[in-house]
Amino acid sequence: MTGQNIPGGSTAGDAPCAAQPAQGHDFAIELRDINKHFGPVHANKDVCLRVRKGSVHGIIGENGAGKSTLMSILYGYYQASSGTIFINGRETKIRDPQAAIAAGIGMVFQHFKLVDTFTVLENIVLGAEGGFLLAEGVRAARAALQRLEREYELQVDIDAVVGDLSVGLLQRVEILKALYRGADILVLDEPTGVLTPQEADHLFRILAALKAQGKTIVFITHKLREIMAITDYVSVMRHGEMVAHRVTAETSPEELAELMVGRKVLLRVDKTPAHPAATVLETDNLAMTDANGVQRLKGVSFSVRAGEIVGIAGVAGNGQSELLEVLAGMQPPSGGRFVFNGHAYDAAHPADARGIRAQGLGHVPEDRNRLGLVSSFSAAEAAILGRQDDPLFNGLILMDERRIRENCLHLMEKYDVRPVDPALPAANFSGGNQQKIVLAREIERDPDLLLVGQPTRGVDIGAIEFIHRRIIEMRDAGKAVLLVSVELDEIMSLSDRILVMFDGIIVGEVDPAEADEKLLGLMMAGVDPRRDGPSREGAQA
Amino acid sequence: MKKIFLAAAALLLAGGAAQAGEIKPAVLFDMGGKFDKSFNEGVFNGVEKFRKETGIKYREFEITNESQREQALMNFARRGGDPILGVGFGQAPAMEKVAKKFPKQRFAIIDMVVDLPNVQSIVFKEHEGSFLVGALAAMASKTGKVGFVGGMDIPLIRKFACGYVQGVKYINPKAEVFQNMTGTTPAAWNDPVKGGELAKSQFDRGADVVYAAAGGTGLGVLQAAADAGKLSIGVDSNQNYLHPGSVLTSMLKRVDIAAYNVFKSAMDGTWKPGIQVLGLKEGGVGWALDQYNKSLITPEMKARMDQIEADIIAGKIKVHDYMSDNKCDF
Amino acid sequence: MSTASSVLKEGRLPRWAEIALLPAINVIVALLVGGLVVVLIGENPLEVVKVLLWGAFGFQEAIGYTLYYTTNFIFTGLAVAVAFHCGLFNIGGEGQAYLGGLGVGLVVLAFDGQPFYVILPLAMIAAGLFGAAWAFIPAYLQAKRGSHIVITTIMFNFIASTLMVYLLVNIFIKPGQMSPESREFAENAWLPFIHEMLGWFGISFEPSPLNMSFLWALALLVLVWLFIWHTRWGYELRTVGQNENAARYAGISPVRNIIISMLISGALAGFLGLNEILGVQHRLLLNFTAGYGFVGIAVALMGRSHPVGILLAALLFGALYQGGAELSFEFPRITRDLVVVIQGLVILFAGALEYLFKPQLLAIFRRIALMRAGG
Repeated sequence: MTGQNIPGGSTAGDAPCAAQPAQGHDFAIELRDINKHFGPVHANKDVCLRVRKGSVHGIIGENGAGKSTLMSILYGYYQASSGTIFINGRETKIRDPQAAIAAGIGMVFQHFKLVDTFTVLENIVLGAEGGFLLAEGVRAARAALQRLEREYELQVDIDAVVGDLSVGLLQRVEILKALYRGADILVLDEPTGVLTPQEADHLFRILAALKAQGKTIVFITHKLREIMAITDYVSVMRHGEMVAHRVTAETSPEELAELMVGRKVLLRVDKTPAHPAATVLETDNLAMTDANGVQRLKGVSFSVRAGEIVGIAGVAGNGQSELLEVLAGMQPPSGGRFVFNGHAYDAAHPADARGIRAQGLGHVPEDRNRLGLVSSFSAAEAAILGRQDDPLFNGLILMDERRIRENCLHLMEKYDVRPVDPALPAANFSGGNQQKIVLAREIERDPDLLLVGQPTRGVDIGAIEFIHRRIIEMRDAGKAVLLVSVELDEIMSLSDRILVMFDGIIVGEVDPAEADEKLLGLMMAGVDPRRDGPSREGAQA
Repeated sequence: MKKIFLAAAALLLAGGAAQAGEIKPAVLFDMGGKFDKSFNEGVFNGVEKFRKETGIKYREFEITNESQREQALMNFARRGGDPILGVGFGQAPAMEKVAKKFPKQRFAIIDMVVDLPNVQSIVFKEHEGSFLVGALAAMASKTGKVGFVGGMDIPLIRKFACGYVQGVKYINPKAEVFQNMTGTTPAAWNDPVKGGELAKSQFDRGADVVYAAAGGTGLGVLQAAADAGKLSIGVDSNQNYLHPGSVLTSMLKRVDIAAYNVFKSAMDGTWKPGIQVLGLKEGGVGWALDQYNKSLITPEMKARMDQIEADIIAGKIKVHDYMSDNKCDF
Repeated sequence: MSTASSVLKEGRLPRWAEIALLPAINVIVALLVGGLVVVLIGENPLEVVKVLLWGAFGFQEAIGYTLYYTTNFIFTGLAVAVAFHCGLFNIGGEGQAYLGGLGVGLVVLAFDGQPFYVILPLAMIAAGLFGAAWAFIPAYLQAKRGSHIVITTIMFNFIASTLMVYLLVNIFIKPGQMSPESREFAENAWLPFIHEMLGWFGISFEPSPLNMSFLWALALLVLVWLFIWHTRWGYELRTVGQNENAARYAGISPVRNIIISMLISGALAGFLGLNEILGVQHRLLLNFTAGYGFVGIAVALMGRSHPVGILLAALLFGALYQGGAELSFEFPRITRDLVVVIQGLVILFAGALEYLFKPQLLAIFRRIALMRAGG
């Protein structure tokens, strides 16, 4: 790779970017030798980045590689410890987000910063009302927004209340908001995490339109597929450093993965064919209505056998979370029944979390911070959550601290959790290590059925590989696994059978061998092309 | 006034011969604090007068919780306090303990009896004073209906009420007396709003004179009477000035003089232990007549009151003390 | 990425700074502001601090009184802390303590003819039981009906106060007596004073209200510590308090734990009755709780809900109460109201504004860490 024609500047090992001659005015963003310290932690080390005007520039890296810190510096949330920022060739001090906006930078965050009870228009005008009377600004904004929508395929009903919109639409609102403020440079932080493949495709079309209009786009992600699909250039971060800059067309996912992790990574999971045995879990027309009276599960029927991984694909919020909670005994079903290990549960006899665990259920919850861990607890304490009254860890009255510690050390060693410190609060571990603690806890209890929700959310690539291996080992040991994930790659590579959920029902079952993203994507939107229309009946499996 | 001073002087003369000269006086106020516009403040005025006259400083303490009573008394005693004055019946149990431990130092308590050789107990014949204002109320009333608003419902206040009823009936046996107590907790001493409400309800029932024996609560009673154009009677200190022309009189309970006398007699060496009962005869209680209420008191009323006073002092009128038998059959 | 980064990024101070340094700074600032007030009224603040300390620790009786107040604050501070660990803000300690005292009073009035070793356990059980019972109703309403515990417990303070007035004014009052108080208990029922107990060993100590319940308070510090951090029940309680969703995930019943924690909390507050009624007043009377229940909130906040912190905070407030009383003796211009102002300042800085100086402290620690890393 020759450095000079790759916007991005130096590759790893080259001299710092300041040593290179400036390349004129065709860069929208130029970061030179950016350093950021958090106490003793060097979050960004001599980072150089050049983003060519009118390009889509991807930044890829594992969690904690420093991507978000770098973007926060660009947007004025943090001040760099040292280094300079050039916007459109001019040195610019960005002290706060206002300064960033003034410099033409717009940011679309992973978590939308919108007021639920306001309309789209009100949200967009918020903070940029302009003028003494609100109505004036609103009138001007309406005209401007209608123009923007036409130009960029950003169709949104601007009078709709934000709380009623889907995530895909919310993201468009955020993009509109940035454009309305006059952004020429748009930074998107992990924008596809919450979207269906179809919504993601639409986003990519919007980005293409923006690019065609001369906007510059910085696209942050950890998904190699997206980088390959839409970027012109890509920069790779690892451990706070920019380790490589590539022209997207000249690189490959394998190379990028290796650059991200610093070693060779297996992107496909190797696994042998499944040998399913007896049925462990069977659900029959399972229904669930939440506290607000909304029916989340509308009759779900399927089964899971020992020795197989059944994957449930679907866009978040279509009943997968509720399905896991009902099966784990955290919520009572409102109708139907399920049988686990020969014990039947229904609305009148719901499972309780404690009891069903005792029957041989393990549960890696979707949201480890909300459910799976108590963040202030030490790792040792976190590693016995759900087993706290196990006689193994208890004396007559007092808990057996030594055993608890040893248990934790054992899990940490076996699952390569770092740092190996049972006394450290759970919150102080990285996402991947937290997830390993939860996974270790649940797998090492040797359950007959493991419920796994989003096992690799917020987990870096190295740990993903490890977690996937553990789940397959579990299956190979003759256990049943029910996997829920919004990552289609994960579903497709791990599952022996794939069920697709939409709006509280199972739309259909797909054999992983014949599954592709297009088919699954359509089914996740409620359409089963093989049946020619949306299905209301749960697929009997 | 003159009469009271004479009484005080008599008291001093009657005192035994204790050591005169250097004293280290101390005073322990009750929960209300020394600025309660009522009982504690009366004591405060008395000891302040003593300080101004003699230049002798005194130690003081206002308690904030129950266990401080004994602690404060111990503190005074250990520092050689002499005499040590406790204000209010609540101090009695603590004073009993401490006075026993320091038999050589002199103690005094107001409104309660502690029977020890080194304790002077000062109690008042509130029933006599109340009898007087009751009689005056009955003379001033046109409707033949008068009211009484008490503070906290304790025997002491019933004693006030009972004396008052006797005075009213002495003048007008057919008169009706409405009685209300503000509450059953110490909070009842400081609830002027409720006091005002009670007074209004008594006015609505036809009363045209109301006697407030309720500490701070009484201020609300006096205000309500002034607002309604009715008459009221104050208590403890002279409250005539508060609403001139509306406050008929005030039942005086001279705790200030009592407190002053404790210190003064100790200084003069005339202090003596035992029970001091301060009644009409001793100038400890009385009714107030000054420029603020003289327009309300006709010469006939004044003459009649003088006669009643003389009769009580002479023993011709016997005023029943509620606390002697916890009964008030009038 | 690393542990240190999360420590600094998430704004976590070293444990010792969080537990000891921050509260110490708060107390010092409170005293400085208090000192300013003292200067304004024309006294020498150094002299005042000297008297305050001497009054709290300078002689045996002072120590006795300080520890007597400390006893109350340990009970109420622990009560608040236990509920706090379950995520509940129990501000009903005052009412629960009141009822605890009622329990003690009832038992002793009924049984004070019996020997002490019969009365003591009965009185302890009654104190705990009555306090717990008073906390149970708000706990039940919170757990089952979602009524906010802050509202219900504070309302129960009022109900407790009214109930006590009714009972004392109408039922327990000694006939012919001014104050609404019960008769005095027979002397054999009284908790031994510490000075008496020391006397048994030939150690002489000036008399003070400090009594055997102090030892019980110390024992409870240890028991609560063991319970919260070293039993499965404490583990479950903390799980509910820190993350109710995780508790549901783990099959831990929030309802059960809310009720259990409030029962324990109420019982702990109820033991205040043991100190006040059986230890000091020896009769049932009004207002013996004197706001100790509310100060317990400040004690628990300042002590970070940890028994060691609670002991230190309770000692601090005990010293402020006793030393403050001594101040009013020594300085006529420092009235009891000013003492309350100083105590209030400590509560304000230590309790309400507990993290006021955290950002500054954090910045200092960052700088030190940076210097170390750089050097």
